[in-house]
Amino acid sequence: MSAISMILVVIVAFLAGMEGILDEFEFHQPLVACTLIGLVTGHLIPCVMLGGSLQMIALGWANIGAAVAPDAALASVASAIIFVQSGAASKDMGTATAIAIPLAVAGLFLTMIVRTISVAIIHIMDKEAEKGNLRAIDMWQIIAICLQGLRIALPAIALLIIPASKVQAFLSSMPSWLTDGMTIGGGMVVAVGYAMVINMIANREVWPFFAIGFVLAAVSDLTLIAIGTLGLAFTLIYLELESKANNGGGNGGNGGSGDPLGDILNDY
Amino acid sequence: MAEKKITLTKRDRWSVCWRSTFLQGSWNYERMQNGGYAFSLIPAIKKLYTKKEDRAEALKRHLEFFNTHPYLASPIIGVTLALEEDKANGTEIDNATLSGVKVGMMGPLAGVGDPVFWYTARPIIAGLGASLAISGNILGPILFFVLWNAMRIAFMWYTQEFGYRTGTKITDDVSGGLLQKVTRGAAMMGMFVLGTLIERWVTINFTPVVSKVKQSSGAYINWSKLPNNPTAIRTVLQEWDMGNGLSLTKYKTTTLQDNLDSLIPGLAALLLTLFCMWLLKKKVSPIVIILGLFVVGILGHVIGLLGA
Repeated sequence: MSAISMILVVIVAFLAGMEGILDEFEFHQPLVACTLIGLVTGHLIPCVMLGGSLQMIALGWANIGAAVAPDAALASVASAIIFVQSGAASKDMGTATAIAIPLAVAGLFLTMIVRTISVAIIHIMDKEAEKGNLRAIDMWQIIAICLQGLRIALPAIALLIIPASKVQAFLSSMPSWLTDGMTIGGGMVVAVGYAMVINMIANREVWPFFAIGFVLAAVSDLTLIAIGTLGLAFTLIYLELESKANNGGGNGGNGGSGDPLGDILNDY
Repeated sequence: MAEKKITLTKRDRWSVCWRSTFLQGSWNYERMQNGGYAFSLIPAIKKLYTKKEDRAEALKRHLEFFNTHPYLASPIIGVTLALEEDKANGTEIDNATLSGVKVGMMGPLAGVGDPVFWYTARPIIAGLGASLAISGNILGPILFFVLWNAMRIAFMWYTQEFGYRTGTKITDDVSGGLLQKVTRGAAMMGMFVLGTLIERWVTINFTPVVSKVKQSSGAYINWSKLPNNPTAIRTVLQEWDMGNGLSLTKYKTTTLQDNLDSLIPGLAALLLTLFCMWLLKKKVSPIVIILGLFVVGILGHVIGLLGA
């Protein structure tokens, strides 16, 4: 890898680290981070594919409440670097995906460390606030963000220093039963993210939507955009009928039953 | 009061909105987003207060504990701007009122933001992007990045403006029907797409052969009777007819997977997801489940139960 590529990879890693905490531009999502690393190292398409398959796993990862989600930033940056260093061959994609998981856990601990350091930073901010020093607040906020960037940039530098031949030798030394097995595991792991999301948003009202989506997905002619459109249409119809049913309570005794579908069926 | 009223221009408000992008930058275990909140408001504080003591006061009140969904901080910031502006112009607003407004709004708004953005919008848009990207289509990441950020920036700006215009009255709107409807609609849409994603992208393949039936002659291509010239290839392709015609082999094998798929495609994936949901409800850490599934994948492959 050329020096320029390496510098650009570190910049991408820095952005991913910042975004891992900011959660605004989403540079830390595998889809974006892996693509950017592919772009700067000249392995664009394989890295786009890696990003896509990692993204499927990371779909439900979000930092909320008590559920501690794995860190997508380190997972996507590190596994993309390893993937590129090993030559970006599609047979290594399953392994690179599997490596991402322990890295995601490691990233989690790193972010906890930085969040603890930030406690000290806001105490400095408190002191500067007493003096009404606006510029110092700006500076310390930026320092805090940079620390989060370094959280990913430093491990990225460490990975870049390891010679590509070592990475290649390590990956090819893994027996096929292990790599194949990890690829199979990767296919199943996707379910965990979905399960996390479902546990958050599911209630009695929305399960039928899940059932329709699941059954329609088997019709392989429907692209995801087509299915999304169907889902949106079903949702809008449901909400519209529901408000109609509630408003129409005056013209008959069936309005307030709280069962919009039943009301509509009764109207026929 | 003879002095002229200080107002925040659109430019000031935009500057605050841009800075609120970095709201979580100094996220910490003690007061969470407090540093970012003060940081976001600095252009306003600079404009509204000129005396050092006033600035110090303002900074201190916004370095109090704050935590909500990063995008739904925008309407709260908008309300804060309106209140700070009134205060700077001489209206009596004490610190307790300002804190009360902030704390009162951050809880309910976080409750809306998390399911709508993290659990519905992102899985849908990222799932769409990822499904394109897996087949090597560069449009996948571009689509995700552009769509997401356009939506996010528009949301942050307009809700901040909304908060600024409506001031404290915003809480009435929040508890009103519209926001609740959006949240519910998002959950329905989310569940619909999740059903799709599970069917298409959770891959389990049970390899054990359930039955092996010898087919009657004429149901499969008789390889030994083919002419020994290139037209044979055409004959075979015609007979095979993309899998709709004759069978390629003498024996018809049915795997466990074929049996499951004939019940309903994706049944195994669905059961696995339900099992994961159950484990998560039992407070098993997602990381443990993920690592466990890799172990299952490897063991299943070694004993010949699972295939790629």
